[in-house]
Amino acid sequence: MKRKHTYRINPIVVLFFLLTTLSLTGCTSSDKGSNGQVIVYNWGEYIDPDTIRMFEEESGIKVIYDEFETNESMYPKVESGAVAYDIACPSDYMISRMIQNGMLSEINYDKMPNARENIGAQYYEQSRGFDPENKYAIPYCWGTVGILYNKTMVDEPITSWAQLWDEKYADDILMQDSVRDSFMVAEKLNGFSMNTLDPTQLETAKDALIRQKPLVQAYVVDQVRDKMIGGEAAIGVIYSGEAIYTQRENPDLVYVIPEEGTNVWIDSWVILKNAPNKENAEKFIDFMCRADIAVKNFDYITYSTPNVAARELIEDEEIKNSAIAFPDLSQYDNLETYVYLGEEGDSFYNELWKEVKSY
Amino acid sequence: MTSKSKWLSAPYLLWAVVFIIIPLGMIFYYGLTDKTGAFTLDNIIAITTAGHAKALRVSLLLSLISTLVCFLLAYPLAMLLAQMNTRRHNFIILVFILPMWMNFLLRTLAWQTLLEKNGVINHVLSFFHLPALKIINTPAAIVLGMVYNFLPFMILPLYNALSKIDKNVINAAYDLGAGYVYTFIRIILPLSVPGIISGITMVFIPALTTFVISSLLGGGKLLLIGDVIEQEFTRTSNWHLGSGLSMVLMIFIVINMILSAIFDKDGEGSML
Amino acid sequence: MKSAAKKIYIALIVLFLYAPIGTLMVLSFNESKTRAKWGGFTFKWYVSLFQNEEILRALFNTLLIALFSSLAATVIGTVACIAMMAMKHRTKSVIMGITNIPMLNADIVTGISLMLLYISLGIKFGFGTILLSHITFNIPYVILSVMPRMRQLNHSTYEAALDLGASPLNAFFKVMFPDLLPGILSGFLMAFTMSLDDFIITHFTKGVGVDTLSTKIYTEIKKGIKPEMYALSALIFMTVLLLLVLINLTPDKQEKDRNKKEKS
Repeated sequence: MKRKHTYRINPIVVLFFLLTTLSLTGCTSSDKGSNGQVIVYNWGEYIDPDTIRMFEEESGIKVIYDEFETNESMYPKVESGAVAYDIACPSDYMISRMIQNGMLSEINYDKMPNARENIGAQYYEQSRGFDPENKYAIPYCWGTVGILYNKTMVDEPITSWAQLWDEKYADDILMQDSVRDSFMVAEKLNGFSMNTLDPTQLETAKDALIRQKPLVQAYVVDQVRDKMIGGEAAIGVIYSGEAIYTQRENPDLVYVIPEEGTNVWIDSWVILKNAPNKENAEKFIDFMCRADIAVKNFDYITYSTPNVAARELIEDEEIKNSAIAFPDLSQYDNLETYVYLGEEGDSFYNELWKEVKSY
Repeated sequence: MTSKSKWLSAPYLLWAVVFIIIPLGMIFYYGLTDKTGAFTLDNIIAITTAGHAKALRVSLLLSLISTLVCFLLAYPLAMLLAQMNTRRHNFIILVFILPMWMNFLLRTLAWQTLLEKNGVINHVLSFFHLPALKIINTPAAIVLGMVYNFLPFMILPLYNALSKIDKNVINAAYDLGAGYVYTFIRIILPLSVPGIISGITMVFIPALTTFVISSLLGGGKLLLIGDVIEQEFTRTSNWHLGSGLSMVLMIFIVINMILSAIFDKDGEGSML
Repeated sequence: MKSAAKKIYIALIVLFLYAPIGTLMVLSFNESKTRAKWGGFTFKWYVSLFQNEEILRALFNTLLIALFSSLAATVIGTVACIAMMAMKHRTKSVIMGITNIPMLNADIVTGISLMLLYISLGIKFGFGTILLSHITFNIPYVILSVMPRMRQLNHSTYEAALDLGASPLNAFFKVMFPDLLPGILSGFLMAFTMSLDDFIITHFTKGVGVDTLSTKIYTEIKKGIKPEMYALSALIFMTVLLLLVLINLTPDKQEKDRNKKEKS
């Protein structure tokens, strides 16, 4: 009988056993705080882990922290009830969807004085687009969508969405690979609302995107940042939160809010209807709205904070007064925030986007 | 073997029913109903709309090309490896599995760094005054990504099938005066058919439903059927349509079953 | 001359497979956080890696899930293979077709359907649900690698052992198991590999606070992959490579042992 090469992988198996048993010893963390727990569902890398630790120490509440990567992958998990989360941090249009589907619980501002006082009134105002009476959402981070361009690769300042249709930038343009953000660009270009459901307007926007497609180098989501830093493309559509970081890595990059207007997005804390630890959830959100904590988070994630008290605490004058991090929204009259379009609206947009993508 | 040992299949059958068949039933339920829960075939017929049909066509084409490239690269390699010392069998297997231990997303992002206009490969090429490589954001880059990711699945079954061929059979053919080409066509190739079938299955099927590769390396300019299904679930939350389109893809499992029944009468192709 | 060409061919393919891994390793020493720019040489990501409790816990979870799920899948899959040998051809092809389903289905479909299953069964989401899901998609890889070995077996030896009075279990471990072992080990390895890499199924079946390396990497993509992840990948890779080389350097002793065994 042939009995060749038989027992040779064994050492590896043994190693795994060793590795896992070794690490087992180091991994027995306490499960519950003295004052119970709170389960938080937030974007990946969207909070300074130190602030969570500080909250745990001050309140005696154990934070169970979970992360998602898109609003759309967050939604089915929360809706299905697979895990009973207390707090989530979705974006505007997703919040309006959750409100419509009765998934959120009303905010009691009396229990959250920091949230009431520290968050700027203009951000609550902006939130009314998706939360008409400010009953459900407390703004956490916000920003705009704009154009990032490399000034060594263009021969004029970029100021308008229309320049994304300029043939001299063929193969040097990066678009967002997302339905709403791409259509927003085409809709603003034509002077429409970014929440329009008018079929002829949408048809016009779709045709514009199809016309643009040959000029586009790539439709990307999170890669705009790296590609722009590396000088792969001259112009890209990007979120303002990335602007400060990309400029630091490559000083040739400039961020502008196009003159036709754009999307103001707001990611907000919400408490879920079936939150098992509602009181702890209120304490957690209010803690995150404290000025010193909010500024710590701002330093860590560099996305604009709606916390005006925190902004006062920013030491670097240049960032504190940065028109990128804190643009004066009143300067623009054509800014909008996404709202949920309903299932039919969503699938209509999606069909059109598929036509663009498969064209 | 005794027929008594059939009961041994009980744990797996139970497992398959609970974790494969029942979830599959749920997909069928979603695929065959609309949002109100009423029966409909619309989600399956949706494959014929221009966008979906094109996505399926492009996916089929790209995965066929990738499978072919994998096969052409892997077959000579597997023959060379099979000639090597059998003591190294496990070492060889590990060499080709090990790259998969790095996270898929990180590996694919690394290809971006390699292939980009200002990427590593073009730096090397310009150093030697060679023309730049311009495949990033093209279908060619998608094929490269697929070949890269699925090549081990082609190499391993071929290697396994070829290394099991008794050298005496091949030597006998030579002794009897058969030429190299004749021996290859009449002996080596037929004996490696189970490996070929298995390799083709394991490259073609995952390549057909892959989705991240097209957006990271293809610049998102080509819509693949895997992207469509993924988006229906994660972006649009239209599980019904996503399920219906998945059901269409299951046709390829059936085709695969038929093919292996024809070419591999003894049972299964060998993967490793 | 001809053998040089052969070696070059093998080397080229290995280079193709390892080029991105080399890139990742270089990036792990990059001072700059972005992959698009070389900011100078640094070891700092390796230092901060070992201070990052979350990444280490994710590594631990990943290894534990990969190990347990591949072990369980190996046992279930191997037993299933043994059983299938006694079946009719047609029954067998049907079972093999079912086995292929998790491989064909887009991960998202498998992930969501398993999530729905656990909800309807009322299973609490957590480590256990990830494990069950990983076992599910690992089994096909085990079956696909054990089955061919099964076919090569000489069944009459097993029956002879039974005739000579061995209990079925005893006969299996003494006669069949040693010959199945290479297939079982490769199946185990394959299952382990697939489990390490999975993201989507894990995302939809995981409970709160249980992260694997994959889920961590994917949630990082919005803000940029942390260079610590490159460092960790490089470390994992070097560890396994070192192990491989060690194993490959010691075959002579094993060979001798084996020869001894066969003589006695």
